[in-house]
Amino acid sequence: MTATPVLSLNNIHKAFGGVVAIKDFSLELFPGEIVALVGDNGAGKSTLIAIVSGLHRPNSGEILLDGETVSLSDASSARSRGIEVVYQDLALADEQPVFMNMFLGRELTRKPLGLLDKSRMRRETQTMLDQLDVHIPSAGSKIRDLSGGQRQGVAIARATHWASKLILLDEPTAALGVAETAKVEEIVAALKERNLAILIVSHSLDQVFRLSDRICVLRRGVQIGVRSTPETDKNEIVSMITGVHA
Amino acid sequence: MAALSWIKRLDLQRSVIYFGFLAIFLFFAATLHDDGFLTTRNLTNIVLQTAPATIMAIGLVFALSAGEIDLSFGSIVAVSALAAAVAMQNGPMVFGVIAGLGAGVLIGAFNGVLVAYLRLPSFLVTLATLGLFAGIARSMTDLRSIPVINDTFTGFFGSGKLLGVPSLVIWTVAAVAAGHVLYRHSRFGAHVLAVGDNARAAQVSGIKVPRIRLMVLTLCGATAGLAGLLYAGRLQAAKYTLGESDLMTVIAAVIVGGTALNGGKGSIIGALLGSLMMGMLNNGLILMGLKVSDQMIVRGVIILVAVAVSLRDTRR
Ligand SMILES: Nc1ncnc2c1ncn2[C@@H]1O[C@H](COP(=O)(O)OP(=O)(O)OP(=O)(O)O)[C@@H](O)[C@H]1O
Ligand SMILES: [Mg+2]
Repeated sequence: MTATPVLSLNNIHKAFGGVVAIKDFSLELFPGEIVALVGDNGAGKSTLIAIVSGLHRPNSGEILLDGETVSLSDASSARSRGIEVVYQDLALADEQPVFMNMFLGRELTRKPLGLLDKSRMRRETQTMLDQLDVHIPSAGSKIRDLSGGQRQGVAIARATHWASKLILLDEPTAALGVAETAKVEEIVAALKERNLAILIVSHSLDQVFRLSDRICVLRRGVQIGVRSTPETDKNEIVSMITGVHA
Repeated sequence: MAALSWIKRLDLQRSVIYFGFLAIFLFFAATLHDDGFLTTRNLTNIVLQTAPATIMAIGLVFALSAGEIDLSFGSIVAVSALAAAVAMQNGPMVFGVIAGLGAGVLIGAFNGVLVAYLRLPSFLVTLATLGLFAGIARSMTDLRSIPVINDTFTGFFGSGKLLGVPSLVIWTVAAVAAGHVLYRHSRFGAHVLAVGDNARAAQVSGIKVPRIRLMVLTLCGATAGLAGLLYAGRLQAAKYTLGESDLMTVIAAVIVGGTALNGGKGSIIGALLGSLMMGMLNNGLILMGLKVSDQMIVRGVIILVAVAVSLRDTRR
């Protein structure tokens, strides 16, 4: 490919005290591409997501967006560059209504007093959820009153609405039933059409093979390899994850 | 249909305070009718007496909603009132206002820095500063009371009236209105609630969590400072004992008013009603002719029941 990658990670290294979470990691993500990040528990997948979303600074290494070196110092700097994340814990405020979560940190206000424009946030939230076919009682419902699938739907709708370049999804279907999982996969596949780059963390190899264009394997912080999905199979990926050769 | 959704929105947690408020009001109205409970004068008095507590309750709603607590306001009141009184001994009213509010804001910001940036628990920090500033209030004036003789000040913050409305009523209404708009209709209020609800979610949404923590505790200091000015204005004097007895009243008012102890949820209007309810309770028990010790016992029991009922509904 000759296009500029949306995201390039070059030799990223991250340690927490003495624990090395990510060792010398490099990866390029292109527009309209889905890359799956797989590895056992504690392999460093969430840490990598946190680095790209500005929550952790790498100890060394380079992050490039559209070919430009950037320093992601906090969540705002990643968000302002079109990067959105669906976190493993969803990062929703349970006691607040859905529409406030949708606009958390970028609430719409009304002139001249700069007060919250709740009715517009409500309306736009309803539209976003309808577009993704996420059904909730109302945009004003509290998160705490929603089912696991509905919450996941809200978190994904939030990320897909705001993302303009890159979406990171950390186990977006971990808590979901069969129908909900299919729905989420449909949404993720549709993001390709919008030419976004997608990095998805998943423990389900079936899902990884259904969705991804490439698969990147991590084991205890070490990047074992990247494979093109059509050119590999589950056995190879499993042995890369576990380090045991079949 | 519209009526139905309106009833749904009026959830139980809020209605506790409305029922409690109404029940206590009706009880005293019936039993103390001949003792003058229902006179305009007495009812106005209740509002006047609760003005400082109501204003402190507003600050506390913000702190609790952000997942923090402030206990130090009990002694910030006295320090602010004394600072204002001392400043006005040789200076104009502005000096008093700046000294009083300034003291509140500075102490609040001091709490805030320790909590927000050193991540010390606000419960411990403000418990310590409660004692610290109670001591400072005592040593500021050798336990003496400082008179406030500036008429403009006592009019503005105490006995004055505007178009026949007592200034303390105006302060209460203005503070509640401003507090409510800030809490429910501003980005700041939304961020406060988000931080108290899920600090990590707030952080990954780009909200500056430490700054919100600093700001709510500073706001608590400011409301306690304003309460200090109101006490100094109404009593025309400042003393180290001011605000000492407000700690329990204000916390009870806020909890009964539907604010969650663990953050993310609250109500300014509820806190106002809670504060008025505490005021009615004090007033009614005095009118009933109870001994001070019996008043304390009855009040304690009622607060316990009210808080227990409200928390049952506020908890998730
Ligand atoms: N904030 C932190 N402080 C210290 N150590 C951490 C921190 N975050 C992660 N780690 C460590 O880094 C390693 C990688 O953790 P990470 O959460 O990235 O794994 P993961 O691949 O997402 O696992 P899972 O599949 O269980 O979600 C683990 O050893 C973990 O204990
Ligand atoms: Mg993880």
